[in-house]
Amino acid sequence: MAETVVPAGTEPAVEEVHLRHHFATPAQQMDAATLGMWTFLITEVLFFGGMFASYAVYRNMYLDAFASTSQYMNVVLGGTNTAVLICSSLTMVLAVRAAQLSNRRHLILFLILTMIFGVAFLVIKGFEYHAKWVEGLVPGLHWSGYTEHPEFAYHAQILFFLYFCMTGMHALHMVVGIGLLTFLLVQAYRRVFNANYFAPVEMIGLYWHFVDIVWIFLFPLLYLIGHRR
Amino acid sequence: MATLAQRSPEVEAEEVNYLNVEHGWKSWLLTTDHKRIAVLYIISITLMFFVGGLMAVLFRINLLVPEGLFSAETYNRLFSMHGIIMVFFFLVPSIPATLANFLIPIMVGAKDLAFPRINLLSWYLYIAGALLAIYAVVRGGVDTGWTFYAPFSTTYSNSYVLAAAFGVFTAGFSSILTGLNFIVTVHKMRAPGMTWSRLPLFVWSNYATGLIQVLGTPVLAITLLLLAFERIAHVGIFDPNIGGDPILFQHLFWFYSHPAVYIMILPGMGVISEIVSCFSRKRIFGYNFVAFSSMAIAVLSFVVWGHHMFITGESMYTGLAFSILSFMVAVPSAIKVFNWTATMYKGSVSFDTPMLYAFGFIGLFTIGGLTGLHLATLGTDIATHGTYFVVAHFHYVMVGGMVMAFMGGMHFWWPKITGRMYPEAWSKFAALIVFIGFNLTFFPQFILGYLGMPRRYHAYPPEFQALNVLSSAGASILGIGYVIPMVYFIWSLKNGPRAGKNPWGAAGLEWQIQSPPTTFNFDETPVVTEEAYNYGPLEEIVG
Amino acid sequence: MTTHSHIPRVRTLVLVWLALICATGMTTGVSYVELGWMNIVVALLIAVVKASLVAWIFMGVRYTTSLTKLFVVAGLLWLGIMILLTFSDYHTRSWMYQPQPWSHGPGNGPATK
Repeated sequence: MAETVVPAGTEPAVEEVHLRHHFATPAQQMDAATLGMWTFLITEVLFFGGMFASYAVYRNMYLDAFASTSQYMNVVLGGTNTAVLICSSLTMVLAVRAAQLSNRRHLILFLILTMIFGVAFLVIKGFEYHAKWVEGLVPGLHWSGYTEHPEFAYHAQILFFLYFCMTGMHALHMVVGIGLLTFLLVQAYRRVFNANYFAPVEMIGLYWHFVDIVWIFLFPLLYLIGHRR
Repeated sequence: MATLAQRSPEVEAEEVNYLNVEHGWKSWLLTTDHKRIAVLYIISITLMFFVGGLMAVLFRINLLVPEGLFSAETYNRLFSMHGIIMVFFFLVPSIPATLANFLIPIMVGAKDLAFPRINLLSWYLYIAGALLAIYAVVRGGVDTGWTFYAPFSTTYSNSYVLAAAFGVFTAGFSSILTGLNFIVTVHKMRAPGMTWSRLPLFVWSNYATGLIQVLGTPVLAITLLLLAFERIAHVGIFDPNIGGDPILFQHLFWFYSHPAVYIMILPGMGVISEIVSCFSRKRIFGYNFVAFSSMAIAVLSFVVWGHHMFITGESMYTGLAFSILSFMVAVPSAIKVFNWTATMYKGSVSFDTPMLYAFGFIGLFTIGGLTGLHLATLGTDIATHGTYFVVAHFHYVMVGGMVMAFMGGMHFWWPKITGRMYPEAWSKFAALIVFIGFNLTFFPQFILGYLGMPRRYHAYPPEFQALNVLSSAGASILGIGYVIPMVYFIWSLKNGPRAGKNPWGAAGLEWQIQSPPTTFNFDETPVVTEEAYNYGPLEEIVG
Repeated sequence: MTTHSHIPRVRTLVLVWLALICATGMTTGVSYVELGWMNIVVALLIAVVKASLVAWIFMGVRYTTSLTKLFVVAGLLWLGIMILLTFSDYHTRSWMYQPQPWSHGPGNGPATK
């Protein structure tokens, strides 16, 4: 978006090519992008926060029902997914590092790895959703009545409703994240990023880590509250 | 601009500015210029204002006779859509998306907002949301009230709740992006020398508004989403049949919607600070207090939401806490009112149209704010909750406050936005009509509420007819007061006398550049060396 | 070079990753041990530590400006306000959701006294 007219024979410095017209310096542009991204992440904290607050209210209200329902969660798949996401966070941060060092090969490699982990997460999540559907644990749409624990038949639906809302919103964010990574991959392939310009990699990295953090809380709250019974 | 020399002789008379630099619908719909986006917003929210206003006209006609002219269902849909459209599609974006969008980059000495393309995206999201809301209206409307309370909205209402809720959801993201843009712009785009203590108060108040938009709106978004899921799945967390608590919906809803009340007033307060200082020819009294009271309002607004729920089932102990906290918000609001009056004291006050609206704002906002204290008092609220007293209270704040400020701001900055002056006599007349019409409409509603007339009913006992007719008559006067400015504003676009750089002799960076500004606002980045509101004459006399 | 991003060392990143994986194992293991009400506290504590590690190192909060840190804290603070004040209602309500056990018929959800 550079508006400057380049005199013949001189190439604009790389950072100037990516400097949008209304910023004075690349540093200002980078600062603005960083602050903007963090502000956006705060909105995400509060977006998920509404569901976490609801979860907290009902878990406090229906302690036993929630403990009972949590036993239906697949800890192995949930735990595996946690590990998968943590690995994806590592490869993401390594991708940012590769961009900072102008290492295009590593950047592409780590972006692809991150995407593979992301897709793996979604596939595992898909198996979990499928199992829930088969068992009739989808409130409203396919609910078998929770006949094994009739005393929790009503309250259990609240947890499963929250389970699908929270993990569903999380999965939606993962899908968006994978889309953004695809965009990065194309850009990286076109040699857009280097030590002077890697803001998009860093910003999308922040988003990816944030989605990871949401899952770090979802895992114990949804999967691990049932064993003590 | 290299293209300047090649322009044809006919247009040479007019300087190149953001309005005439490019032509055609593409140059508008794909623009990233904050000023053009502000103009797009002005047109869109004005249209929505008149759609919402039409609903008000219809239900005021209904209330002319005690038994009502329309069916109860129709009436419910009319007032619900009036609320939804006015709150989410007019008041929330009113000043931030229009005047602040236009002015903040100029006031801080920048070429544009930090994220121009996101700014355009926010307008498209607004339009998408507005279209969904219009779709809901066309299909027959929503009857839940603007608050979408569960379980009525999730289970029982057979109106178009989903369309309206998704409309509000989408418009919410538009609001978030606007707030985000302002926050980053104020932090990172200030010109050299533009320190925090030199920022115009309009920027301060919109920065505080941005914080509320960013921190509150996501909670509304997720709440409406949970509502939508519950409506689709016929089961959910607000459903009492499975042990859900509908009051949780109110908690989440008001966590956004009470702060949103301040989204609907803080930017107005910023406008009034600018106008009062300019037309009193005086530095604003207690700059730091006015600036920090905006921040205090933004923070405190998040800890008072429970006062909407005193009688809907929340714990009385929580009610007590929320009641006390609500009283605390009155302090920074009062600071502002005192400082505006102190600014006028011994100033050379002139009565131009923007100042007339500012006078209206200060008086009406004070009434609206003080009746808010009645409603924040536990005992009084139990008697007046759900009556017309509440309706009158929030219309005094939102219409008497925010719409007055919006009109004042539009009259103040119209010369800067369009480069034209509007007819002075007509505008003063319209300001007067608005003030009279407003009070005639809403003051009777205080009395009606105090006498016990409940809100949201299409019929009422015959002894309330006189006051209701008075209110409807006032509404028609108010409506005329809003149509007159529409006419002369449009008229002035072609026929108004040209405004110079600074028709009011006002301080501030926006008055030092040409009217209308060029696309990048400044030829070169300004360097700020003095505080805002440096109004000379009086200081010479005093000092 | 005008951007001032910090380039982290690979060793640090891998160590953080290792810590996160270990913590995941730990939180899963602890959940099988009967600790009463402490179970949820321990689980949340571990989650907070893990989230802090991701934010502090992976997201580079450690290397950012104090303004960014302030924004992060503000976001969490606001989430705290929401949960705290909502709970102030649920913990002091006298008329519903207590005492257990409930009546379990349809439509008998939140039992009134």
